Amino acid sequence: MKLIKLATVAAVAGVCATTGVQAQTLAQTKEAGHLKCGINTGLVGFAFTDDQGNWQGFDVALCKAVAAAIFGDPGAVEYTSLTGKTRFTALASGEVDLLSRNTTWTLTRDVDLKLTFVGVNYYDGQGFMVPKALGVTSALELDGATVCIQTGTTTELNLADYFRANNMSYEPVPIETNAEAQQKYLADACDVYTTDASGLAATRASFEDPSAHMILPEIISKEPLGPVVRQGDDEWADINRWVLNALLIAEEKGVTKANVKDMASSSDLDPEVARLLGVEGDYGSMLGLPKDWAANVIAAVGNYGEVFDEYLGPDTPIGLERGLNALYTDGGIQYAPPFR
Amino acid sequence: MSVATGAPPPTFRIDMLWRDERYRSGFIQAIAMIILMLGVAWLVNNTIENLSALGKDFDFGFLWQSAQYDINQRLIEYNNQDTNARAALVGILNTLLIAVMGCVSATFLGVVAGVLRLSKNWLIARLMTVYVETFRNVPVLIWILLVAAVVNESLPSPRAFRGVDTGAFVATNRGFYIPAPILDAGGGIVVGIFLASIVALIIVRRWARKRQDATGEQLPLFWIGLGILLVPAVLAYFVLGMPIRLEYPELKGFNFGGGIYMRDSLVALWLALSLYTGAFISEIVRAGILSVSHGQTEAAAALGLRPNRAMRLIILPQALRVIVPPLISQYLNLTKNSSLAIAVGYMDATGTLGGITLNQTGREMECILLLMGFYLIVSLFISTVMNIYNSRVKLVER
Amino acid sequence: MSGTHAHTVPYVAETHYPAEPAPVSTTGPIAWLRENLFSSWLNAAITLICLAFILWIVPGILDWAVFKSVWHAKSLSECREIIVQTYGEGTTGACWAVIHERLGQLLYGFYPVDQRWRPDVTLLLLITAMIPLLFQTMRPLVVVMAALIGVKILIAAYLAVTENTLGSLFGPTTIVAIVIGGLAYFFGDTHHRTRWLVFTIVFPILAYFLLWGGIILEPIPSSRFGGFLLTMVIGVTGIAGSLPLGILLALGRQSKLPILRLICVTFIEFIRGVPLITLLFVASTLLNYFLPPGTNFDLILRVLIMVTLFASAYMAEVIRGGLAALPKGQYEASDTLGLTYWQGMRLIILPQALKISIPGIVNTFIGLFKDTTLVAVIGLLDPLGLTNPIRSDANWNGIVWELYGFIAFLFFVCCWGMSRYSMYLETRLRAADRR
Repeated sequence: MKLIKLATVAAVAGVCATTGVQAQTLAQTKEAGHLKCGINTGLVGFAFTDDQGNWQGFDVALCKAVAAAIFGDPGAVEYTSLTGKTRFTALASGEVDLLSRNTTWTLTRDVDLKLTFVGVNYYDGQGFMVPKALGVTSALELDGATVCIQTGTTTELNLADYFRANNMSYEPVPIETNAEAQQKYLADACDVYTTDASGLAATRASFEDPSAHMILPEIISKEPLGPVVRQGDDEWADINRWVLNALLIAEEKGVTKANVKDMASSSDLDPEVARLLGVEGDYGSMLGLPKDWAANVIAAVGNYGEVFDEYLGPDTPIGLERGLNALYTDGGIQYAPPFR
Repeated sequence: MSVATGAPPPTFRIDMLWRDERYRSGFIQAIAMIILMLGVAWLVNNTIENLSALGKDFDFGFLWQSAQYDINQRLIEYNNQDTNARAALVGILNTLLIAVMGCVSATFLGVVAGVLRLSKNWLIARLMTVYVETFRNVPVLIWILLVAAVVNESLPSPRAFRGVDTGAFVATNRGFYIPAPILDAGGGIVVGIFLASIVALIIVRRWARKRQDATGEQLPLFWIGLGILLVPAVLAYFVLGMPIRLEYPELKGFNFGGGIYMRDSLVALWLALSLYTGAFISEIVRAGILSVSHGQTEAAAALGLRPNRAMRLIILPQALRVIVPPLISQYLNLTKNSSLAIAVGYMDATGTLGGITLNQTGREMECILLLMGFYLIVSLFISTVMNIYNSRVKLVER
Repeated sequence: MSGTHAHTVPYVAETHYPAEPAPVSTTGPIAWLRENLFSSWLNAAITLICLAFILWIVPGILDWAVFKSVWHAKSLSECREIIVQTYGEGTTGACWAVIHERLGQLLYGFYPVDQRWRPDVTLLLLITAMIPLLFQTMRPLVVVMAALIGVKILIAAYLAVTENTLGSLFGPTTIVAIVIGGLAYFFGDTHHRTRWLVFTIVFPILAYFLLWGGIILEPIPSSRFGGFLLTMVIGVTGIAGSLPLGILLALGRQSKLPILRLICVTFIEFIRGVPLITLLFVASTLLNYFLPPGTNFDLILRVLIMVTLFASAYMAEVIRGGLAALPKGQYEASDTLGLTYWQGMRLIILPQALKISIPGIVNTFIGLFKDTTLVAVIGLLDPLGLTNPIRSDANWNGIVWELYGFIAFLFFVCCWGMSRYSMYLETRLRAADRR
């Protein structure tokens, strides 16, 4: 009797699988009252804690933007810091619903790992940094060099490919975090530091004497970094995609953090801006968002250009140029589909 | 006594399963077994469902695909076109290397520190206490990071040696370089002779012991042993025209070439693990020495043994009985702690199989299972050795 | 008088001569030096080498850490500037400003600033819950609370002078400290101990509500936990959870039932055979696969489960040692009294075995406490993990020694204190055995 009972209980527990997390992320997020966002454990300019203990950075701003779109409150985010190893599992298991952690868009990740990349918020590429004293001007002169690599992403594979293609040897020094790698590089324990060019520039900017180091002209890979969501919930993917697009459109149309309030109440508006800010039509409800979601996003974090300038731009210690990440109108390749 | 025989066999009731001594143990075990199996089945079922929901499978095929990344320290041939399995093997060998190196040096450090803590010299005893307390009470991960930082920051970079005559040993912040022996033609013979001498030495020692048991006479074994060990090899070395030479490290391009290269990651990890485990071993050694009662020393003296023989024949064997079991569990800890190598970029099994391979293939389940299996085998091997030793030295009681 | 002896003894001392002082070379500091430092040539050499070593290493560290350090700055570059301005070009010094600025983060992680009294109070309650387990009376608690209040008053006085505020003198922590201290003072005798132990049992529930919130307190999700708070939560939960599990495993391992024994042995040996880091990988990447689809624990909870399982295997071995150390007569005696297995265990065997195992349990705790740093590897932000986001702030990019040094110091203080306690306990137990 007892045994049968036990067996039944266990069998029921095993069979009674609750339905998956698919296709209801927005509803679940709304119910929880906050967005679950996965970010880096620390990457200069992209994710770091400020002196108040709040997460800041270029990638973090996207989490805030999505939270602002859904709740109208950029603070309604629970951040989970993820390593290169844990990020996809955390996303797949529903521990986070949005992964905004400088993740390169590749075929295997998109297809094999069942992820959906909703866009590219930063076009990057892997580069090399060397001390000027080394007297090297091209990556092709690096035969036999000791190379510090930040692991956990595609970096080590690109590097192996590059050196093999050019028939050069090297000594890889794999390091888990940027901070450690930087320390090794500065102590001259490696000749070259390789990671994404943005990371190199950010790292270089924080040196005591940045001018003693140079970033070599070769960029050996394409690294389109973008926010990622689980495959299978298109509604959720659309929301994230259009939050990113809204940031770009806002920059294109000159909507900023400062003027978004006035613009929303002004009568004489560019038609696309009117649609964006919810003055005309109700595009928000199509996404399951409030009418003024985009206005909330821009009021919270600013447009794409403002976000870039706040965390990465020339006025920050990091001092990155827009480069590829300028709008297509300014010679870059950031190009958002029309808002209609 | 005879009452029971006359009683009719009691009819079986269901509550006898847990009330009756005869059925109880079987019943409890059956329940435990069923719960366990149900639990395992539940976990497996969940896993299968979850994997299928994610569209993943459980497949070790990735092991035979090309790994595509490079590993700096490899004890066997490896390049980035080799398979993930071979990359894992490189990592495993690196783990074993650091484990063996760490155990040897930690034992040395621990014995020295343990003996010095008992020294009459107040200063060195205190200094050793400070060493033991600082290392024991701070997490090993912090030590690994700190030691790596010290190695990287305090030693000169290879560039500093440009134009300097470096000699045989070079310590740079990218690691240490020591001369490598190169065998020319005939070098193998010298090595062979040396190995043969070791075998001869063992035979001679056995013979000498037998002779001592039979006649009571002792041979000056130390000098005889030294002679057997060195003389033939040295003779052969010179007769064959010095066929073994040392290759010194030389600065070539960015780095030193030639010689044996111990990378900074290896040095830092080695140093940190040895210092950390050494602190624990020193406590074990100290306790072991203190555990041998003073009467034993006096008894040895009364028997007319000289202090050094008393130590070797009386004190040490007894102290070792106390020392060895915890010592081996420290070896086990050191091996397990070596998995923190990723913190300094030493490519051990955790760094290859559980690190880059896992990241690049996305096969968490397979990689972690293999990794755990590897560590489990190492641990079981070490504990088997310990059990054999324990049963050999166990005091025969009662 | 002396006449009687006059012929038999040639000399009798009639006055008492005061003892000569011992030769200078055998007393006082000089003798101490001779005996302890320079008793032989070898010893003298060792002493000199040690002295040289100390002189080589200590002044440099002191210079860096104390004399040329900076406590107030906004960024690493500002620190460097201050040091160069004050001490001249080329000097290096510690930039403790980063600790000064990020202390709250290192201690509490992302716990909201206005709620940080909750972990503080929890810590006080934890101490309160521990004392009856560790000591016979509650006197130590009075001392701890008095010292705490004293320190708070000193800080308040300092703040009153410098910043004209009283700081958090009248915060919840102080009130709780006064209440507990008062209770411990008036009801702290040995015969009250059982009541305090009841509190110990209730404590986990209290701690849960205080830390995670609920009912009247604002709920705090565990993703906000970080820094030393996370270390404490993982360490204390791990040890508290592993104790009952460890007892069961140890009993199972000693059981006469072969299948039960096999299960326990397999579990213990498996857990002890793999590094904690692989178990943490399991927690971070695999545990979700093992649970029914759709369930979702947060990472900290999964880590807590894994750490508890990990610690319970070690705990089982410690307790098994305690069980094995009991004389066989105790087991036989409990059988003779006609006690059932569980009665015998509860009343006779376990109380004695646990008492013997306490030093081992404390040592396991120290080990576990140190091992919590490994969660940094899987991306949890314990103090060590927090160094990463802190160093990613452009202001503090490139800082190394200060953060590691401070964290190492924190751990040292905690672990050293605990190991001292464990030693004290061993002596006390040994004294109790000797009687």
